Amino acid sequence: MATAIFQIWRGDASGGKFENYSTEVSEGMVVLDAVHQIQAESANDLAVRWNCKAGKCGSCSAEINGVPKLMCMTRLSELSLNKPVLLQPMKAFPLIRDLVTDVSWNFRVKKKIKKFKPRTPDAKDGTWRMAQQDIDRVQEFHKCIECFLCQDVCHVLREHQLHDEFIGPRLLVHVAALEMHPLDVEDRLAAVKKTGGIGYCNITKCCTAVCPEGITITDNAIIPLKERVADRFYDPVKRLLRFLFAKH
Amino acid sequence: MAEIHLTDPHHKFGHTYRRDIWWARPLIIFICLSVFLVYVTWAAFQGNHYTFGPYLSPLYSPEVFGDSPHSWFGAKPGWWPAVLPWSPALLVLWAPGLFRLTCYYYRGTYYRSFWADPPSCTVTEPRKKYRGENSFPLIIQNIHRYFLYIALFFLIFLLYDVWKALWFTRPDTGERSFGIGVGTLVLATNVVLLGGYTLGCHSLRHLAGGFLDRFSGAPIRRSTYRCVSCFNRKHMLWAWMSLFWVMFSDIYIRLCSMGIWHDWQII
Repeated sequence: MATAIFQIWRGDASGGKFENYSTEVSEGMVVLDAVHQIQAESANDLAVRWNCKAGKCGSCSAEINGVPKLMCMTRLSELSLNKPVLLQPMKAFPLIRDLVTDVSWNFRVKKKIKKFKPRTPDAKDGTWRMAQQDIDRVQEFHKCIECFLCQDVCHVLREHQLHDEFIGPRLLVHVAALEMHPLDVEDRLAAVKKTGGIGYCNITKCCTAVCPEGITITDNAIIPLKERVADRFYDPVKRLLRFLFAKH
Repeated sequence: MAEIHLTDPHHKFGHTYRRDIWWARPLIIFICLSVFLVYVTWAAFQGNHYTFGPYLSPLYSPEVFGDSPHSWFGAKPGWWPAVLPWSPALLVLWAPGLFRLTCYYYRGTYYRSFWADPPSCTVTEPRKKYRGENSFPLIIQNIHRYFLYIALFFLIFLLYDVWKALWFTRPDTGERSFGIGVGTLVLATNVVLLGGYTLGCHSLRHLAGGFLDRFSGAPIRRSTYRCVSCFNRKHMLWAWMSLFWVMFSDIYIRLCSMGIWHDWQII
């Protein structure tokens, strides 16, 4: 058994500081195991949000040595234990206490996105038919566990705090899942350009790099949405053709 | 949406809690792109040593006006402003240049390495104000697809250059005969790499079928989309390989033309 030191952010919205905790670590442990051990041994009041411990609930998002990660999916063997392991809450959201942030902004914004609106049913019994090849693209987006690590790492939210103008990668993935859905007939392109602020994304792919589900957020969701927005609003030839062939 | 208050989000430029050498990647990219830009600018303004036998440097292709046998419409045009230096490359190089400049991959890359916007993930930026691609001038990036259309024509021109690079003129008889030189392979590799890069373009992926919500009933569209997506998955790799090979192709032809390197004829 080896001993590792963890520097954990302690505090709330009014302020705080990193505090050192040492604990025994063993093979196979993940960061969340160590945090629970510290909680049991020396910091009973340490606030940490967690649930499944299997990388599927998206609750234990935090920044480990400055990189947004799920604590339950980060093995201690991946980290250098020669130096203290730095643990802090996500920076892009308001801090509640210690490692827990208030991510409710994401849910409030999500509610404002136009809901799924299917076309008229294909069959008389009110059901639809979809081919697997039509749903392949969208299924990748449905892997999202809403850990909001992509929102945390996005510099538009994290650094520039443009929460009121940009919905962030997670919600752009949500919009892409709806827009590319073979049954959906709703139009969200004007909204994703204006209130969604897709133009703020400058494609640095940090969101893709931190996604624990391996969703290719930038290439498969954001850029295709940007192209659809370009089709509608920035392509002069397409605008002219739409004008000429529109039903007046 | 504006009800969010963060605690102490501001730090000075370059601040991060990351422990890795996060600055290495943007620095290497900065150096590589700078070397490429400096070399290509220098080579474009030379106006000489851009052909050797049947080879034409990709930086000068297509040679619309120029003094070499590759020229389409003869020597330097009379309307060219006297105050501007003349080089055949200046007529064509803007197109592939703008294609790369507006490319989604390069955008993300040079925003990081040249603008530090951000320098790397979770690293503090030098500027507080940020407008992204939402307003002028970066909103112009949205016309990337038009440079794609031009780039597709350039692929055809470069393919034609490879065809011409297969026909050598014998100095003793003046007859043209089939052959393959190292330069032929260099130019052929250039087309393959540029093809991989261009055919993996995000805008092409959209045009090939990405704009559709349903692929069933459109098997050709689906196959095309899947093919472009296949190239797109390695877009970064194609982008870098093609970038360096374009530069190397020019260096190869330039050095052969200057008599420093010898073009070895394989067949």
